[in-house]
Amino acid sequence: MPVEWKEAAHSVAGTNVRIKEAGSGAPVLVLHHDIGTPESLPFYDKLAESHRVIQPIHPGWGLTSERPEWMRSVRDIAAMYRMDLAAHGIEKAHLVGLGFGGWIAAEMMTMAPNDTGKAVLVGAMGVQPKNGYITDMAIHGYLDYARMFFHDASRFERIWGEPDGDMLENFDICREMCFRTAWKPYMFSHTLPNLLMSVPNRTLMVWGDDDRIVPAECADIYCAALPNARKEVVAGSGHAVDMEKPDELAGLIGNFLNG
Amino acid sequence: MDLLYFTEQPMSAYDEQAGRDFGATALMFSNKHFDPKEGSRLYNEFIEQYKLAEEVGIDGIMLNEHHNAPFCMQAKANIFAAILAAVTEKIKIVMLGNPLPLSENPVRLAEELAMIDMISKGRLVSGIVRGGGQEQLAAGVNPAYNRERFEEAHEVLIRAWTEEGPIRHEGKHYSNRVINPWAVPLQKPYPRIWVPGVISKETIVWAAKQRYPYVALNTSIEQTKQIWGFYDSIAAEVGYEAGPENRGYLIQTHISDTEEKAERNARQFQWMQGEFTGLAHPVWSTPSGYSSPSNRRAFVEFAAGLKTNPRGQTTFEQQVDDMRIIYGTPDQVIAKLKIILEQTRPGILALWGNDGRVSQEDSLTCIRLMGQEVFPAIREIAKELDLKSPDEANAPVHLRYSTDLKKPVVAAE
Repeated sequence: MPVEWKEAAHSVAGTNVRIKEAGSGAPVLVLHHDIGTPESLPFYDKLAESHRVIQPIHPGWGLTSERPEWMRSVRDIAAMYRMDLAAHGIEKAHLVGLGFGGWIAAEMMTMAPNDTGKAVLVGAMGVQPKNGYITDMAIHGYLDYARMFFHDASRFERIWGEPDGDMLENFDICREMCFRTAWKPYMFSHTLPNLLMSVPNRTLMVWGDDDRIVPAECADIYCAALPNARKEVVAGSGHAVDMEKPDELAGLIGNFLNG
Repeated sequence: MDLLYFTEQPMSAYDEQAGRDFGATALMFSNKHFDPKEGSRLYNEFIEQYKLAEEVGIDGIMLNEHHNAPFCMQAKANIFAAILAAVTEKIKIVMLGNPLPLSENPVRLAEELAMIDMISKGRLVSGIVRGGGQEQLAAGVNPAYNRERFEEAHEVLIRAWTEEGPIRHEGKHYSNRVINPWAVPLQKPYPRIWVPGVISKETIVWAAKQRYPYVALNTSIEQTKQIWGFYDSIAAEVGYEAGPENRGYLIQTHISDTEEKAERNARQFQWMQGEFTGLAHPVWSTPSGYSSPSNRRAFVEFAAGLKTNPRGQTTFEQQVDDMRIIYGTPDQVIAKLKIILEQTRPGILALWGNDGRVSQEDSLTCIRLMGQEVFPAIREIAKELDLKSPDEANAPVHLRYSTDLKKPVVAAE
């Protein structure tokens, strides 16, 4: 049976935020990538088969999202989601963060460990690699950067469709929002690893074995900082594990959240 | 009329084939292709050019800066301005300009410019720019806040120059809790600020609201007229009538003894394949958040190869036809510039004389003919057409110093 999604605009910190929701069961907040998200993904549907999935569009990300001119940091986004969950009486939501969304999820954990369930961080940005660098989108074209998310580049078109003006404009707006919130340091926080040391929540780090956006060593940095974290590597996937291996990722998450 | 000489200071000694092989000559094109021995030679040749410009009676030298690219060797225009302050006596030093958003501390910029103004005995024109997209990336500065930084840095600069210290500024991008520079400009209330640009509507509006002259950079006559029309309408809104003193125009113009040689050298204006900044990825030259959202769709489609360049791509012949490139003997050049002056009525005219691999000998010839033959004739034409420079028109340095406003100032800041 197809999953039925509902959408509402939640006013948070003076900004209307698009929130989609489907499924029932334990609440899971799913936070999308820096390049935005397609309106629907098999991964979201799969997760909604067994959980109450809450899937916001990051404030300002894309043509259909209201821009909070004031917002300047990833912690601002994390605080907005924290307040939105609180405003809607959703307690102890599990967090699933995809790439950039993984960084937001990690920040949310540090804000309220007691009000967080478990967390799954997939190819998460947010910590500084010791040897490599997080790929700088600023020097890559919109499509080149998005295609780099994939181990198999042909999957890009299958998920996102043929490039057109709307898609590119969305990518550009999302990129601008990344610059507005995560320009310097680029895509990480210097203080996050220390803060994570006092976050006891069980955390699963998931990484594609061919992630060309966030170096795999970042998974180990997260695992070293978080007292209760472990790592899973998904073979044959790039940065966008949710788009390349949706069933496998949903399976890992289901087992972890229910275990 | 103010008559200026300009060169991009091309790093003509780089390995052109390496640029072609790499597919870009900007931002990410490795500086291993920069030869400092050649750099040293070229910097000193440019100083020789500027000294000659003063000798032959040119009113001003226009300076600018760019980064990470062979098309312009000046990485910090204030360095050359400081040199010129010391090695010249009377020529205006026209910065067009300092890229304000690249500055991490506008107070230091205010100090540098004040020193240049004092050392040059008040010859500084302190133009300001947003800086190109690539400059933001080369400097690690957030392109999404380019305009915010530009406007805030301008505010700090002017306050540092005009208010008695110590004062305090705490804004979004700059926090200077003690502003009290012991170097302030000689010129009062402060050195003239001119704002160059290509056609960014927001910048034209901003310049007109400040009453700063807008210098159109190598736009076509039609585009230039559109810019003035737009500037004039904003000026009328804030209560003054714009005239030639508010208008500057930069045109690529090479002058030589013979038409044939002039044409050969003028072709060097296209020495950087692609856009005028050389080959680059469009997302480098227009990073996200840098330009107006109204241009977003056309730009992203171009950047992804779905559409052609919205800025257009024109051949040498087309640019000669619409007089964005002028070349010839002095008489030929004067005739064309006369048309431009009649059509666009600027009070500031800058000639971009030499580019690419034009030899030093030919560059010096161009400057000599510019100063001794072309500009004297242009001055006469300017008098006939009543084209006054900001100084000749005694124009206020900023809107707030206006004494002729038709209604109260409300939109200046």
